[in-house]
Amino acid sequence: MIAALTPRTIAVAVVIAMLALVPVYAHLVGNLFVLSLFTRIVILAIAAVSLNLIMGFGGMVSFGHAAYIGIGGYVVGILAHEGVRSGFVQWPLAILLSAIFALGIGALSLRTRGVYFIMITLAFAQMIYYVAVALDRYGGDDGLTIYRRSQFAGLVDLANKTVFYYVCLALLLGCVYLVWRLVNSRFGLVIQGSRSNDRRMNAIGFPTFRYRLTAFVIAGAICGLSGALLANHTDFISPAMMHWTRSGDLIVMAVLGGMGSVFGPVLGALALLLLEEALPSVIGLFAVLFTGKDMATAREYWQLILGPMLLLIVLFARGGIDGILAGLRRG
Amino acid sequence: MADAEAEPLLQIDRLSKRFGGVIASDDVVLDVAAGELHAIIGPNGAGKTTLIGQLTGEIAPNAGRIVLAGQDITALPAWRRSAMGLARSFQITSLFLDFTAQDNVALAVQAHAGHSFRFWRNARTENELRAPAHAALARVGLAARAAQVVANLSHGEHRQLEIAMALATRPRMLLLDEPMAGMGPEESARMVALLRELKQDLTILLVEHDMEAVFALADRISVLVYGRVIATGTPEAIRANEEVRQAYLGDDDGGGDA
Amino acid sequence: MLLLIEQFLNGLQFGLLLFLLAAGLTLVFGIMDLVNLAHGSLYMLGAYFAATFTALTGSFLLGVVLALAATLVTGMAVEVIAMRRLYGRDHLDHVLGTFGLILFFNELVRLIWGPAGMNVTLPPWLNRSVEILPGVHYSMYRLSIIIVALLVALFLYLVIMRTRIGMLVRAGASNREMTGALGININLLYTFVFGIGAALAGLAGLMQAAILTAQIGMGENILILAFVVIIIGGIGSIRGSFVASIFVGLVDTMGRAFLPQILKAVLSPAAASTMAPALSSMLIYLLMAVVLIVRPAGLFPAAGR
Repeated sequence: MIAALTPRTIAVAVVIAMLALVPVYAHLVGNLFVLSLFTRIVILAIAAVSLNLIMGFGGMVSFGHAAYIGIGGYVVGILAHEGVRSGFVQWPLAILLSAIFALGIGALSLRTRGVYFIMITLAFAQMIYYVAVALDRYGGDDGLTIYRRSQFAGLVDLANKTVFYYVCLALLLGCVYLVWRLVNSRFGLVIQGSRSNDRRMNAIGFPTFRYRLTAFVIAGAICGLSGALLANHTDFISPAMMHWTRSGDLIVMAVLGGMGSVFGPVLGALALLLLEEALPSVIGLFAVLFTGKDMATAREYWQLILGPMLLLIVLFARGGIDGILAGLRRG
Repeated sequence: MADAEAEPLLQIDRLSKRFGGVIASDDVVLDVAAGELHAIIGPNGAGKTTLIGQLTGEIAPNAGRIVLAGQDITALPAWRRSAMGLARSFQITSLFLDFTAQDNVALAVQAHAGHSFRFWRNARTENELRAPAHAALARVGLAARAAQVVANLSHGEHRQLEIAMALATRPRMLLLDEPMAGMGPEESARMVALLRELKQDLTILLVEHDMEAVFALADRISVLVYGRVIATGTPEAIRANEEVRQAYLGDDDGGGDA
Repeated sequence: MLLLIEQFLNGLQFGLLLFLLAAGLTLVFGIMDLVNLAHGSLYMLGAYFAATFTALTGSFLLGVVLALAATLVTGMAVEVIAMRRLYGRDHLDHVLGTFGLILFFNELVRLIWGPAGMNVTLPPWLNRSVEILPGVHYSMYRLSIIIVALLVALFLYLVIMRTRIGMLVRAGASNREMTGALGININLLYTFVFGIGAALAGLAGLMQAAILTAQIGMGENILILAFVVIIIGGIGSIRGSFVASIFVGLVDTMGRAFLPQILKAVLSPAAASTMAPALSSMLIYLLMAVVLIVRPAGLFPAAGR
């Protein structure tokens, strides 16, 4: 596993080092918000990496991936509400249930392709969203507070924000490694081949459906884990976690970071969420300087910039950050 | 070579296909003996592509049967037929453009090397897959270009790659759909030499427009016109056949393209 | 019984509204091969334009006409500025690009009209009930929606069946050369078709605005339902969209109205009241799942897709 020293590998190393040092920085500076922000980034990065397994490598553009964040989160939340607080029960169940849903949804959706597939995954995710809204017992639209985080029999205390952060980071790195091995294995090559030319795959003798479905399930399962983590992070679950715009966010993260690499979505998650934090301030500053409007109002309109920005990325920087880094090597 | 008494390797039994009002395959009857190179010729629009599509499993016939080595494969999906030993090359090359040539062929090997639910080991380091891939590439003359990304290869090399991939699946029978389309004289000659060599240990069903190649290679020729086989026989017999001449060959040199 | 008729008509009305949306999406997809997520934004704009213009002019009809015109123009502007650059690209690019547009429009609406919704006030001649059958009263406004939508559906049917453009849609053609071969100016055609799609969405939006309010984000929820309609009916098929949208409208409306009662008859009251809302919301999607199992390409798939 000796990697060459290219801009890409340097970037990966730097980012990992940076992520590892976040709590140190946060405590030094006394800014715990930074820790919270980066915990969120790491958790969503796990979801984005799982999406990219099927999207970037498998060509399956799922617009309903946030549903698994919701499922994982709700498993944790509902179990906690009903008195089952052990993480040893909650987390495996979150992963398992996500996998089961992915199996069902995938079995139906993967018989279709292209835009059809996008619409169907969107529709099923919306269905799950509405079911969550209808769950009165668990807060419905208002959501459900989680009073105690997942317990691990004293092995780790997730209530400690620093510990929790490192747990999430470790899981992220573990997932990235897992997906990396997956992508280069026989299984991964089938998935990639199917994205490249599914007709050809069938012609040379691969029953591609079963492999793609398996990939879909794996991606859903990993995303379910990120949902369990998110529920712990926010001490709260609500249908909003799986609103379809959240699925859109995940797609943006994957594309922004670069769909062609396993680590790309991590960069994308970093970029998007940091932008979300920084851009409003920048706009607010401009607004204050040029129009005299107050900061708070001006910040709200940052989506006015994000929207067209997405369009521009699609048109001009399709390979994402990773694509740009890969290009640097040649240039 | 062709054993006339033995059961044919491939039997096409009254295959029919229509698209709305258009009859693409009209009661096609054809068989391919084990070890022979059987060519299918015919003017454009004769239904060659539809026939291939039905043989490979991409198009479902309206009526008729396809029997491979005694087994009815009419209802089997494409990947199953490949597993049974029927390999094809595409007329319009259909490759994994963003992968290297050796990746392409290795995938074909992988398809026939057990299941692919292996999640850990780097498949590109598996000699079990790479060695046969290299062998196939060498056989078609592409060994030197193995590490090239397919998108960077020439059209002729794409066609060679198509054959390599078909070979890598260790087939009983090759279905070649116009392998010489778009090739210049030099490349065509190379392809003919390759096919002549492959013919020695493989059964081949060859669809082609290049009459020189067809007459040089074929043991038997079937002529397809308007979805129907109007004649089957040795190259000499076909050349002499009046109906075929009128429908397709023309009177002189048989440069038959419509 | 009265309730049944009323809910049936409501379902019909909702279904027709969905049809207007689905038809616009199908037209754009069928001719330009473009997946437009921002279709819902045009629906929303139609509603807001209607609210503004009816208030400004004091006349409902004039407001509606102006709103339609405004949505048409906005649609064409969006096509020229943004959509043009997406033609021929991967569908994922369409999804991303139009997703960006949704964010943009939602914020723009918030900027211009504020975060609270807006209402459309109906004129007295629409805001009353009408006796459609002896003893059966129904909202005049909803009835007029049904009539207008049916007329539009009829018009669309004629266009699809009788014109060259319609032929393109039916063939599922999104091939520029083929379109050009028919002697039609591509750029103009695409801009126009997109504008019509936008107008259809806007019409649906403004009609709905008087029943519910015009709100930010209203487009997305109904857009997904329009997707469900297209999936059930078959991509690229206007006829499929029509059948499916009526079906979906009826199932959704009547399902929500009657499912609680049906469940109460079968289950315990406690179980029924917990399950009813969840099941009602899921009904459409379950329907979609069933269709997908039986017919993955939809009920009336257009050829070649």
